[in-house]
Amino acid sequence: MSASASVGIAGRRFQWRQPSILPGFAPSLTITLVWLVLIVLAPLGVMLWFTAGLGWRGFFNVILEPRVLGDLRVSLSTALYASVVNAGFGLLVAWVLARYRFPGRRLADALIDLPFALPTAVAGIALSTLYAPNGWLGALLAPLGIHIAFNPSGIVVAMMFISLPFIVRTVQPVIEDLEPEQEEAASLMGATPLQIFLRISFPAILPSLLTGFALAFARCLGEYGSIIFIAGNKPMVSEIVPLLIVARLDEFDYQGATAIGTLMLGVSFLLLLTINLLQAWVRRRHGG
Amino acid sequence: MVKNILIGIALAFMGLFLVMPLLVVFTEAFSAGIADYFTAITDPNVGSAITLTLIIALVVVPANLIFGICASWCIARFNFIGRDLLITLIDLPFSISPVIAGLLEVLLFGLNGLFGTWLANHNIQIIFALPGMILATIFVTFPFVAREIIPLAQEQGNDEEEAAVTLGASGLQIFFRVSLPKLRWGLFYGVLLCNARAMGEFGAVSVVSGKIFGSTDTLSLAVESLYESYEIQAAFACASLLAMLALVTLILKSALEWWHRDEIHAVRRKKAA
Amino acid sequence: MSTEIAISHVSRAFGGHTVLNDVSLTVKPGELLALLGPSGSGKTTLLRLIAGLDQPDRGKINIGDLDATARHPKERGVGFVFQHYALFRHMTVFENIAFSLRIRKVPKAEVKTRVAALLKLIQLETLASRYPAQLSGGQRQRVALARALASQPRVLLLDEPFGALDAVVRRDLRRWLRQLHDEMHITTIFVTHDQEEAFDLADRVVIMNAGKICQQGTPIDIYQHPTSIFVHEFLGESNHIPSRVHNGTVIAQAGFYLGEAAAPEGPVQTFIRPHHVIPRPNPRGAWSITRIAATGAHARISVTNTGTTLQAAMTADALLDSSLTPGQQVDIFFSGGTIFTEAKPGPTKLTPLKPTSAIHAIS
Repeated sequence: MSASASVGIAGRRFQWRQPSILPGFAPSLTITLVWLVLIVLAPLGVMLWFTAGLGWRGFFNVILEPRVLGDLRVSLSTALYASVVNAGFGLLVAWVLARYRFPGRRLADALIDLPFALPTAVAGIALSTLYAPNGWLGALLAPLGIHIAFNPSGIVVAMMFISLPFIVRTVQPVIEDLEPEQEEAASLMGATPLQIFLRISFPAILPSLLTGFALAFARCLGEYGSIIFIAGNKPMVSEIVPLLIVARLDEFDYQGATAIGTLMLGVSFLLLLTINLLQAWVRRRHGG
Repeated sequence: MVKNILIGIALAFMGLFLVMPLLVVFTEAFSAGIADYFTAITDPNVGSAITLTLIIALVVVPANLIFGICASWCIARFNFIGRDLLITLIDLPFSISPVIAGLLEVLLFGLNGLFGTWLANHNIQIIFALPGMILATIFVTFPFVAREIIPLAQEQGNDEEEAAVTLGASGLQIFFRVSLPKLRWGLFYGVLLCNARAMGEFGAVSVVSGKIFGSTDTLSLAVESLYESYEIQAAFACASLLAMLALVTLILKSALEWWHRDEIHAVRRKKAA
Repeated sequence: MSTEIAISHVSRAFGGHTVLNDVSLTVKPGELLALLGPSGSGKTTLLRLIAGLDQPDRGKINIGDLDATARHPKERGVGFVFQHYALFRHMTVFENIAFSLRIRKVPKAEVKTRVAALLKLIQLETLASRYPAQLSGGQRQRVALARALASQPRVLLLDEPFGALDAVVRRDLRRWLRQLHDEMHITTIFVTHDQEEAFDLADRVVIMNAGKICQQGTPIDIYQHPTSIFVHEFLGESNHIPSRVHNGTVIAQAGFYLGEAAAPEGPVQTFIRPHHVIPRPNPRGAWSITRIAATGAHARISVTNTGTTLQAAMTADALLDSSLTPGQQVDIFFSGGTIFTEAKPGPTKLTPLKPTSAIHAIS
């Protein structure tokens, strides 16, 4: 268990890890890497290799099928609506939970994690039953001409359910850490609460809101169980991409499924990259 | 006052979107009366679904626990090139659709998969059987324990471990007497979340399971099976069991967060940075 | 049980930045040595090298008759007290102290007696079953010390042991540590950036700066004979007067005589400690008092003469006895001073002009 001292001429020999007196680096890193490769990286690699086997033409043949494009549009648009609405309401909820004291606050705070802890199938059938034409809410809305279940709107509602905690839990700690002094200073200078919020609090919260939005969006895109019960699952209208992948697998069309799966990974990756850049931009503008 | 309006809107939103679905589960489950409820959940097929769910959890959670502990040791206690990349890679399954997790297992072990013919020749069944479901669940819950204890271990620093070195402790002694006790609540928290997800996982398992109600269905899949066959009340009865698991998870989670709020706050600050 | 420590030509660099540069030092058996210096001087790094928590790039470290350079900490017989105590938060005070004994599988009964003795030593017998979070800073530090002493080390190392404590606790613990050392005679090295603490506690002080040892010696030695401007200024406040020497006479650049010195011709830096600056009331004096600050037992007096400000210091009692008031005109006398010049290493003593002669301008 010796530290890796570099006995060199100028003591400047390249060290890929900082020497430490603590033992167990090699075994722990080995186990970590082996498990990571075995469970995550190798399978992903196999999937990418499978896709590569298609060749570019094969890949685009699958991707550009009308059903794939249509479902992609459905997934992306519903995820976008859900995430944007949740960004707004999520911010409100996080603000209320972090700033105000009221009876039942502790309970409400714990409840935020419900979508996180509740199995997706349970959420799926519950939402489906709730918004079906004869469900509690579905029956209320039907006379108004609003049909949620078995429509894209149902997908949005389901996505809102499962992605709410991602936004609230990302923004809440940042709100809790906001320094009251800045707001007090602004108040002393005559700013109204709204002005204080828009000019001081919100810019500070924005980076975390964007992060939460990105996490929510990514989760919405990949979600399966909560959505398939309430969605109509009509191809190109109310069918989400994960369901399409399952359909392809059921038909033993491995290549199709793999290509679409790779597409999904690519989209998520691009998403996260964009949001990261956005965050960096915001941080530069408004300071850390 | 503006404040009350805001609170009202927030609570109304939460009530509508979070509470109502939960209520629906229980009202539907008991809609035909308590007797029917118990008939549904004591059905032998449901029983085997519950058993399967428990078995999967019993394998998945310890596996990811050990992994999480190893990862937290090398990441939090040492500084090396590629450490940040490693953390990002560990988080990957968290942002990947569960359906893809199932897809991966099929690609590897399905009939037309990488090892498909080899497995068929040796009469080993992975897809549409327990091993495949376990693997898919391990993938999905992979980061759960690690991402709770890595920032915690980082926050706690190396001082106590170094002190133990100067006092003459060996590597294992340091780990079991000093490091592990410090991480207790984080480990419990991570195990709690990992377990909840493992027991409730649907998408990934749905792809690799044989979907035969009574033998290769977990409780979540049983919910789907029953619902699709229009046995609504039975479906919700099973769902209510899972919902109760979720509620217990939430209660324990809140309790832990209350007990350790100071440390949690420091760790959350570190996570957000 | 006193052990000598010999450090020879030790160097250490982190990522291209040299933290210790060819440092050699001998610590005498049983002595209490202070490593004193500003942050970044390398003192903590040196301490950690002695403990074995880090390895030198070059050089050797001998502890007693053991070449410890490549040895693991547990083979060195070293006790280490961390700056932030590093107590095991999930163990009681008793278990913390007992840790090194339990590691070595010492029988339970013996553990009990030895820990009890240590608890008595640190005067915390009643707190044995408390947890670190329930203790005050000073109590935690004492537990950390007892824990380090439990394995009967040959050498005791303390990293800024009182840095995180408030002034009163610090003073008490200082006194207590000195007492402890006098009883136990373990070779002890402690790191600090507080000059007063180093001088109060240590038998010998080693001043470090930028990875090198600037000066070492007894506190009195160093204070009276600082060998460089850095050391002189580090040890306490001083009036810095740029001056020049002409024919053995020292003249400030601002144009007044300071005294005589056996220094070479040319520009020099003169330093006069505030307590060597003596103001005496004189209505026709060239200096005027701009401010008097009474800081407890001492008083600081600022005096000015056309652009030059000097700080004088005296005890509060002396201030009361004198009749000095702000705004008053005074004469200034010097009772001592030190001169540093590039032409000659080390300090030169300034002999003030005849004691009765006030500092006056060149006419």
